[in-house]
Amino acid sequence: MIPASFEYYRPKDLDGVLALLRDHGDDARVMAGGHSLIPMMKLRMAEVPHLIDLQDVAGLRGIEVGAEGIRLGAMVTQSEIIAHDGLAQAAPILREAALQIADPQVRNMGTVGGNVANGDPGNDMPGLMQCLDAAFTLVGPDSERQVAARDFYEAAYMTAREDDEVLTAVTIPLPKGGHAYEKQKRKIGDYATAAAAVQILKEGGSCASASIAMTNLSDTPIFCEEAGAALVGSTLDTAALDAAVAAMQAAIDPSEDNRGPVDFKRHVAGVILRRAIERAWSRA
Amino acid sequence: MKDEVESREDRVGKLKGLGCSRKRVEDARFTQGKGNYVDDIKLDGMLFGDFVRSPYAHARITGINIDAALKVPGVLAVLTAKDLEPLGLHWMPTLAGDRQMVLADGKVLFQGQEVAFVVAEDRYAAADGIEAVEVEYEELPVLVNPFESLKSDVVLREDTVDEDGAPKDGAHGPRKHHNHIFTWEAGDRDTTEQVISEAEVVAESDMYYHRTHPCPLETCGCVASMDKVNGKLTLWGTFQAPHAIRTVVSLISGIEEHNIRVISPDIGGGFGNKVGAYPGYVCSVVASIVTGKPVKWIEDRMDNLMTTAFARDYHMTGRISATKDGKITGLHCHVTADHGGFDACADPTKFPAGFMNICTGSYDIPTAFLEVDGVYTNKAPGGVSYRCSFRVTEAVYFIERMIEVLAIKLNMDAAELRRINFIRKEQFPYTAALGWEYDSGDYHTAWEKALKAVDYEGLRAEQAQRIEDFKAGKTRKLMGIGLSFFTEIVGAGPVKNCDILGLGMFDSCEIRIHPTGSAIARLGTISQGQGHATTFAQILASEIGLPADSITIEEGDTDTAPYGLGTYGSRSTPVAGAATAMAGRKIRAKAQMIAAYLLEVHDDDVEFDVDRFVVKGAPERFKTMKEIAFAAYNQAIPGIEPGLEAVSYYDPPNMTYPFGAYVCVMDIDVDTGVPEIRRFYALDDCGTRINPMIIEGQVHGGLTEALAVALGQEIAYDDMGNVKTGTLMDFFLPTAWEVPNYETDHTVTPSPHHPIGAKGVGESPHVGGVPCFSNAVQDAFRPFGNVHTNMPHDHWRIWKTAHDLGLHG
Ligand SMILES: Cc1cc2nc3c(=O)[nH]c(=O)nc-3n(C[C@H](O)[C@H](O)[C@H](O)COP(=O)(O)OP(=O)(O)OC[C@H]3O[C@@H](n4cnc5c(N)ncnc54)[C@H](O)[C@@H]3O)c2cc1C
Repeated sequence: MIPASFEYYRPKDLDGVLALLRDHGDDARVMAGGHSLIPMMKLRMAEVPHLIDLQDVAGLRGIEVGAEGIRLGAMVTQSEIIAHDGLAQAAPILREAALQIADPQVRNMGTVGGNVANGDPGNDMPGLMQCLDAAFTLVGPDSERQVAARDFYEAAYMTAREDDEVLTAVTIPLPKGGHAYEKQKRKIGDYATAAAAVQILKEGGSCASASIAMTNLSDTPIFCEEAGAALVGSTLDTAALDAAVAAMQAAIDPSEDNRGPVDFKRHVAGVILRRAIERAWSRA
Repeated sequence: MKDEVESREDRVGKLKGLGCSRKRVEDARFTQGKGNYVDDIKLDGMLFGDFVRSPYAHARITGINIDAALKVPGVLAVLTAKDLEPLGLHWMPTLAGDRQMVLADGKVLFQGQEVAFVVAEDRYAAADGIEAVEVEYEELPVLVNPFESLKSDVVLREDTVDEDGAPKDGAHGPRKHHNHIFTWEAGDRDTTEQVISEAEVVAESDMYYHRTHPCPLETCGCVASMDKVNGKLTLWGTFQAPHAIRTVVSLISGIEEHNIRVISPDIGGGFGNKVGAYPGYVCSVVASIVTGKPVKWIEDRMDNLMTTAFARDYHMTGRISATKDGKITGLHCHVTADHGGFDACADPTKFPAGFMNICTGSYDIPTAFLEVDGVYTNKAPGGVSYRCSFRVTEAVYFIERMIEVLAIKLNMDAAELRRINFIRKEQFPYTAALGWEYDSGDYHTAWEKALKAVDYEGLRAEQAQRIEDFKAGKTRKLMGIGLSFFTEIVGAGPVKNCDILGLGMFDSCEIRIHPTGSAIARLGTISQGQGHATTFAQILASEIGLPADSITIEEGDTDTAPYGLGTYGSRSTPVAGAATAMAGRKIRAKAQMIAAYLLEVHDDDVEFDVDRFVVKGAPERFKTMKEIAFAAYNQAIPGIEPGLEAVSYYDPPNMTYPFGAYVCVMDIDVDTGVPEIRRFYALDDCGTRINPMIIEGQVHGGLTEALAVALGQEIAYDDMGNVKTGTLMDFFLPTAWEVPNYETDHTVTPSPHHPIGAKGVGESPHVGGVPCFSNAVQDAFRPFGNVHTNMPHDHWRIWKTAHDLGLHG
């Protein structure tokens, strides 16, 4: 459990980071909280000859809650998300989800940027950000662009981010209605057996809009538009719930691991989604 | 004098002796990060060694190239079997009478097996060196299932067959097949078969007690330092049995025993994992001899989980017979025991399946038969007693499941079935059908107390209501009531039938009283978190009348401590605790003579009273132990040697038999398979209670490990022999979050043969806890036709039980 040797850099600004990325190309990688990257390096599943620590880089921190939306600096930690009352008011699903990630020690280090950039299907924030229709700001050597969370994930550890780009911020439109983040796991510190992020808007007793994303049930998070659509216009009767669950189950593609075989995961995904929808509806 | 006004009660209180919830003296250093574990040892010029390990479970090694590794900066040497062979150290004896490769001798038998030992200036260089060693493997067919192994033509161990390929005898008798290790029997086969065939009711069950691992917080490791000038080898390590390790090192290395000093420093948990000898110890010693420098070897977590001693892996088949009204008449048990690539079980020599023959449990079963077949497979070696006496967890799980299975067959309440069959108080000492003599017990009293405490009738009524609600669609949660009643067999053990590598399983204590009335006592055991420094001082305080706070307890240094067989199998209190009391009594006997001399009366005219000797009938005339201690060093007493010291080597006349009654209440979500433990009640009878607070801590810890094993903790392999659970992400270690509040309770039935009546408690909660958690899961599904499902009851397996019973519609 000892990584191969590497050079360690701690630049003070983004230009410094970009310069290092340019100089070392594939051999360089940025590190945020290190709580996904370091374990991979220790297992020698990731070899990173040039490791660029983002801890001292200016401008990557801070939580801003505005009238239009929320901006999270990439280096905002999961525990900062939990502790921020304004955020809990504006988008309570963030706290609810963050509290179900890992344990307090990991959350003190793990960042939102690292969590969404990592591309591990087990990470909870990618699905969450898809549910909230967040966008990621990517800064490259001579460009800055926004990519929607819903377009960001290509395969396990493969994202729309180019190797020379840094993810600097996550912007989230203010969510409306009721929310729920429901996660089944084997113990504290475990990735999801199945998890569902749900945000539902209720108008005049029926569902005006619904956004649903699932975690760890495919090699990417699954934003499931059809599942949300199945609820819209309904009063969340059994038929609508069944249709949403069926649509979700058609979209996921779980694989067997120590958490259990595929049929179990499919079933549990259905149960978890149903519970998430019911809880979100009760808060809508 | 102030003493004169002190009440007797105050004097007893000051001693902090037996029965006092004295705070643990160890905790000041542990809670401040001031413990001294083996990895804290840093010596001048110390090198670091680590292993190249096999990625394959079964392969021939056709070549090892170390050239590139030797070029890695900081790498000094790479040892392979070829280097060890001239020393005769490429294989080593195991505690089970088998032998084990130290470094792969032409082939590997399990994933993670030690292939080469890289010695480097630090652990980072060693890690790079490991990457640079090139090993050529030729894969061989992998056998991970013992039943298939017993049918396979593939010979796992060439040393098990003669030139014609016929199986040779093993350490415990003839082999049935080349991959077969031993057969071990207890009881009466023919009578048992006859009783079962003629019985009114017979219940049967197959059950697999899965492979798991003790996973102590601190992994295994050592530092070997060979001083070439004076010829002394010092070996620090995570040893649960330092003295036995010294003898083994001497026997296999040829270094005279007086030139070897083994030291177990603070140990971060053992649970059986640190009893045996590992290739890392041998390689570190050799590397230190070769380089002339101290060499450290410390496992990482994955090494520990994948290669050091596992626990369980017993495939058990049971038949139990009874009369129609529930009186058990016979029990038959067959075990296919998966030992992996080498038989490295840590059991007393004559017991290759440990004390599995305690499997008649707490019940008066007149006839029984047990047969265990040990088998080689392509898995890591081990088979240790993870928080239990030798294989007692398996035995108790077996009988406590068989009772439940029989209750189902009889359509009877499982609490009642136990009640009908318990060995009765007046039957003790009781000789069980498989040979053990249970020293004492009062099972009915404990059982009634437990059932009353949890309102058993009320729980069953609630459960009946729950089932109705479930059937009516009002809830998706079932309720399970887990029962277990266990009898442990601990304190190995009488030298007449218990030895390890020929070393009798006695234990020892040596006491020196200092002139000013404080003392040091040294024992042959070694604490790994049990709190020996606290509790053994309490035993002594009550025996010799000096405050526990004035008594230092020291263990683990073979140059200073008396010889003993170490700490595992809950043997410390039963054996070394007894030695402590006996040594204390020797001190007291001499103190009595000194007191009589000082008080100018006959020896028989004084008697011991808490912390002093008083003249019979004249309580105002006394000498305190403190005064007597001083006199021992400053007065010439005719006929008495100066000083106040004693040693006792204690060979226990029998094992001790702690018991207990546990109840678990669980709610189970049938749709997700998630269990929620609502209540856990644990009544333990460990005989005389030395320190109730420590007992409670031991119970909490043991139950938590039981929860882990029952609900998810396993070492799982795929068909290729790859370990699927090699990290703590997949190997289940519960956190405070997963653990319920435990309610603890007790009865006290002292051991009649132990000097202070204590029986041992460290392992009871694990032994009794595993079947209790498992029975709760199984009980929840009993109304729907469940008879038995195997552990671990993780979410998907519980879900599958519900699914297979048609509960998902
Ligand atoms: C025991 C344990 C349990 C865990 N359980 C969970 C869980 O239940 N749910 C969950 O979601 N996560 C879990 N995690 C992961 C944890 O949340 C990580 O902290 C998180 O996944 C990554 O964040 P980080 O800041 O540590 O990123 P790092 O580990 O530093 O980086 C991760 C990856 O993202 C890249 N990266 C990081 N920041 C940027 C950036 N700004 N721009 C571009 N690329 C970047 C890195 O190069 C690297 O490839 C667990 C971790 C541990 C150790």
